[in-house]
Amino acid sequence: MENNYSENFKVIDNYLMVRMPEEVDHHKSGYISRTADDYIMKEGVGNVVFDFEDTRFMDSSGIGIIIGRYKKISYFGGKVFAINTDTRIKRTLMICGLHKVIEIME
Amino acid sequence: MELGQKIENGMEGRTGIRNEMQMSFDAISENEAFARLAVSAFVMPLNPTVEEISDIKTAVSEAVTNAIIHGYDEEYRQENDRETKKVQLHCRIEKDMLYIQVKDTGKGIEDIAKAMEPLFTTRPELERSGMGFAFMEAFMDRLEVVSEPGCGTVVLMEKRLRMAEEADEL
Ligand SMILES: Nc1ncnc2c1ncn2[C@@H]1O[C@H](COP(=O)(O)OP(=O)(O)OP(=O)(O)O)[C@@H](O)[C@H]1O
Ligand SMILES: [Mg+2]
Repeated sequence: MENNYSENFKVIDNYLMVRMPEEVDHHKSGYISRTADDYIMKEGVGNVVFDFEDTRFMDSSGIGIIIGRYKKISYFGGKVFAINTDTRIKRTLMICGLHKVIEIME
Repeated sequence: MELGQKIENGMEGRTGIRNEMQMSFDAISENEAFARLAVSAFVMPLNPTVEEISDIKTAVSEAVTNAIIHGYDEEYRQENDRETKKVQLHCRIEKDMLYIQVKDTGKGIEDIAKAMEPLFTTRPELERSGMGFAFMEAFMDRLEVVSEPGCGTVVLMEKRLRMAEEADEL
């Protein structure tokens, strides 16, 4: 699972695209954060896009992933995006006030 | 007569449902998904909406994850390497009510009121955001936390599920 998952990280121009798994929880979050940080460091990307197209479940661990990456890249003026968010994920992000610091798109 | 009675009860729907389940599993992250799935399968006879299932899954995931990462944290594991680290999950359905209890026998919480404040976390270095209890509160109808330092933590949650009839009307 972990090996295959790396194909869900892609760098396009100055953007790291992260395709989030079906279920985003504590079990998966450490790997996603570590891998994203590897790309941010090695490839020097400025912005991160989290794609929730496949995601059917997310708990507070997903919030931790997003805030953690936001803290890293916003320091250098980078932006974080959440795309393909269904109403559920959108609501979860908004309860935390994340819509104030990242760009959320349906 | 007996068969007729059974059919009638069946047709009557969920009003008479009473059910209970209890399980205990190792405090490892693999079991977070397992616990969520077990509870959603358990509530299926109540014919919950997709939204309700999501609410329940999130709340269970938060409570179980907390038991694993906070209740049995590294410090606890080092000091208690012989103890079994188990999370207990207890669910009960009564009519249209769902009661969930998640219990660990880990390190416990010193200041429960503080712990329940949104954005409060003792583990920012693990990228915890302090939103777990806030989600449990937002997605369930009632949340109660009982904890004793050195003994463990019990999280009690309740949710009223809309009756199948109501859901069908929508
Ligand atoms: N089962 C538990 N045993 C011991 N301490 C706990 C337990 N559950 C919660 N806590 C304490 O309460 C705090 C708040 O919990 P909460 O779930 O709201 O946030 P978090 O787990 O820190 O972050 P997040 O849930 O957003 O990842 C935790 O940081 C921890 O100190
Ligand atoms: Mg938590």
